[in-house]
Amino acid sequence: MALSDEEDLDIKKYLRGENKGLKAVKDKKLRGQLTVREELYSQSAKAAAKVEKWLLPSEGGYLETEGLEKSWRIKQENIVHEVDILSSRKAFDIVLPDLGPYVLDYTSNGHYMLVGGRRGHLAMMDVMSMNLIKEFQVRETIRDVKFLHNDQFFAAAQKKYSYIYNKVGTEIHCLKENLFPLSLQFLQNYFLLVSINKYGQLLYQDTTTGEIVGHHRTGLGRCDVMNANPFNSVIALGHNSGKVTLWKPTSANPLVKMLCHHGPIAALAFHNNGHLMATAGMDHKIKLWDLRKFEAVHTFKGHAKTLDFSQRGLLAMASGSLIKIWRDDSGNSDYQLYMSHRMLKGYQVGEVRFRPYEDVLGFGHSTGISSILVPGSGEPNFDTFVANPFETSKQRREKEVHALLDKLQPEMIMMDQTKIGGLKSGSRAEEGKSKEGREAEMDAALAAAKGEKRKKKTKGRSKPSKIEKKKKETVIKAKRPFIEERVKEEEKRKKQKVSEMQLPLALQRFARSS
Amino acid sequence: MKPPSHSKIKIVDGMKVKVISRSAEEFTRERSQDLQRVFRNFDPKLHAQEKAVEYARALNAAKLEKIFAKPFLGAMDGHVDAISCMAKNPNYLKGIFSGSMDGDIRLWDISSRSTVQQFVGHKGAVRGLAASTDGSILVSCGNDCTVRLWSIPGPKIADLDDASENASNPLAVYVSKNAFRAVDHQWDGNLFATVGAQVDIWDHSRSEPVTSFAWGSDTVVSVRFNPAHKDILATSASDRSITLYDLRMALPSKKIVMQTRTNAIAWNPREPMNFSLANEDCNCYSYDMRNMEQAKCVHRDHVSAVMDIDYSPTGREFVTGSYDRTVRIFQYNAGHSREIYHTKRMQRVFCVKFSCDASYVISGSDDTNLRLWKAKASEQLGVLLPRERKKQEYLDAVKERFKHLPEVKRIVRHRHLPKPIYKAASLRRTMADAEKKKEERKRAHSAPGTVVTVPLRKRRIVSEIE
Repeated sequence: MALSDEEDLDIKKYLRGENKGLKAVKDKKLRGQLTVREELYSQSAKAAAKVEKWLLPSEGGYLETEGLEKSWRIKQENIVHEVDILSSRKAFDIVLPDLGPYVLDYTSNGHYMLVGGRRGHLAMMDVMSMNLIKEFQVRETIRDVKFLHNDQFFAAAQKKYSYIYNKVGTEIHCLKENLFPLSLQFLQNYFLLVSINKYGQLLYQDTTTGEIVGHHRTGLGRCDVMNANPFNSVIALGHNSGKVTLWKPTSANPLVKMLCHHGPIAALAFHNNGHLMATAGMDHKIKLWDLRKFEAVHTFKGHAKTLDFSQRGLLAMASGSLIKIWRDDSGNSDYQLYMSHRMLKGYQVGEVRFRPYEDVLGFGHSTGISSILVPGSGEPNFDTFVANPFETSKQRREKEVHALLDKLQPEMIMMDQTKIGGLKSGSRAEEGKSKEGREAEMDAALAAAKGEKRKKKTKGRSKPSKIEKKKKETVIKAKRPFIEERVKEEEKRKKQKVSEMQLPLALQRFARSS
Repeated sequence: MKPPSHSKIKIVDGMKVKVISRSAEEFTRERSQDLQRVFRNFDPKLHAQEKAVEYARALNAAKLEKIFAKPFLGAMDGHVDAISCMAKNPNYLKGIFSGSMDGDIRLWDISSRSTVQQFVGHKGAVRGLAASTDGSILVSCGNDCTVRLWSIPGPKIADLDDASENASNPLAVYVSKNAFRAVDHQWDGNLFATVGAQVDIWDHSRSEPVTSFAWGSDTVVSVRFNPAHKDILATSASDRSITLYDLRMALPSKKIVMQTRTNAIAWNPREPMNFSLANEDCNCYSYDMRNMEQAKCVHRDHVSAVMDIDYSPTGREFVTGSYDRTVRIFQYNAGHSREIYHTKRMQRVFCVKFSCDASYVISGSDDTNLRLWKAKASEQLGVLLPRERKKQEYLDAVKERFKHLPEVKRIVRHRHLPKPIYKAASLRRTMADAEKKKEERKRAHSAPGTVVTVPLRKRRIVSEIE
């Protein structure tokens, strides 16, 4: 292959991190094995980059304007007019005026859509063939709807309890643990249904066993803004004080508490890469946060009642009857206005959601559901083993079994996913061991030594004086390694001090204090 | 291939639009006889939490491996006395020869686990068995000071279902003055070597040895020819020495003396300059023929004398049988065993063989049985479909990736040991730790440089004699 072809390949994307030098590894055998492995990684990254360049079947969408024409002035009707019939059918408006503002959810492969009206209307549609699968009335307020692991089950947060329904419409479970739920999320890899209720209680429930994995009181009052980070499955809650807290099921305290806005948080959304978070507050600001450094990358002025990121990084925000879509052309998240869509005056947008693997944005509003075409928002090439829009029922069943076999334990949710597979670097010989830790260890060893039972010996060998002597001996023996360590450290410190004494007088106050 | 149909790009009023539009024909199959179409996108963005999923798969794979680990296949019984030696026929994978302490030599068919032929003749214990490389002649030697050559029946007899145990007469019987301890056949010629009082090289047709070597006055205990070089052989003697002979020269070429006696030698068939020794001090030592100053690797896991050692034809593993009633499989460069096999009924293991297709291990022991084991305990035998094979390879690779983590390591390393062996092993460990600590303290309290640690690879060698 020509050299220019090699350069075109985007190998870095597939390498998952920098190649650490192996010079620090002292063990020759291990170093040899790791070198071979690094070689294999680079080969597989090259192969994947070649697949990306030559073998992917579809290309993404785009909207390009020439001259002075701005992309956000182009109306939906023009786009629909230019596009082929199949795609133009994807933009539709369903008018359902009586049953309240609608919330919606798509399955992870973008094949089915679930809508829930505030006044109790639940409906599931197949959006690829535009068929209605099932609709029914639950005669209660519905606050949120979510698909579970596939289109067979979905959960609805109703007035007092959450319910899980079948595709056919049968109520399967009534989840009574979280009263008055306001918002639901489903963590795909863990099969966890997360709900937040009007008292600010966060509940993690395993939908395969029904077990409650975590039930935490946030302590920050009523909260209905919740979203899950797709990269590490951490749940973010937006509170009325302007704080955003990040949670994992196994700890009762949030991982992170960030003060994001000067007023209540209105909406929250995560980018696919896991380290970009968009928050909208009642202080008329929309901020983009980098979660690695926990600082705001961008701030826009605007009001947003709902936010959503698409698979390709487009950000949709909506408030009132105006929907705006922002896009970053370069990779470094400087977002510019890309498209905008205005509905009939008086319509209030309820929730926006991008449809996976399609260039479509669906939104539920006060008088029904609509969807608009947003070129360039969906991922054109799907992976059959991740999400297949053309799934047959046999494939769906097998995927369910495989997903259950690969189900992750809730303990694996953590902020930094790269830590999985690594070893804890703390060992006894580490200098980083804290003083308290060492003292605790010494106390434990002493307690063990003192608690040891000695056999009673015969023929005058178990005299009280001898027993006392033996006891003292064991205590000294237990203390000895700690004392030796301390002595070693003292010597080291002395050596270091001596070496620092060699600094000129003017610099001695900058010497490192050990 | 026709490019997938997309919306036609229209340029109107300075605007170019294209939307993702997939037609169902390209992404679904045409007829129900076709395979389903599979599309892959390896972009890491689409595969969230891939490392965590792989870890979960590694854990499950480790657990499944333990569930399916049933290595014992069967026992072949028929002998009336302990089994002292075994031989493989390189031309016929399904057969194995075994000789016992009462002079009974049998050819077994491994798949039916029954005797195909019995070779009656020896009056005392059979001490060594070797098959010639062309698979026609079996050489046996014993305590009755005789070497007997037998003709190996062709494969057709072994395949007969109603094969009765027929005795056959030897092709030749050669008598000598002293009892023999071991025999091995050259890999590429007509010569075979017997050892006892001295090392004798025989030809098939001559009734007296062609050459004899003697170095020292102790009995020579075992012998092995080099697989690549037909003139090189290694022997071990009762004076704790290992001697290398080259048949083209009249004299033995190299000798090292160790601290304890070696019971058996095996050459690595893939790296023929390396050989491994089964030693009385419970360790196995791997040496490079060219540099006998120190061992290449010390394999320590047995708790009693190692009686026999044999390499797998891949050259990557070897199996050892020991006096402590266990059979262990080591990797060629690992310090500890990867697998241990034991049964309540298996007593002292005197000989082990790795089968010629690297899938089975056969052990002959004191309790008159030959036992057949799988080389990989959880392997599915038989023909695997390509998908099954790929899945197994994937699971092995993912276990390999995460085997250093505590949860996975705990499951992968777990083996049930019989109590006497567990206790003996922990006792040896305590003793070794105590020695090491003493050595460290000595070094800490002496002038730096006075106390020199000799590496374990060198420590066991007493002297090297050219």
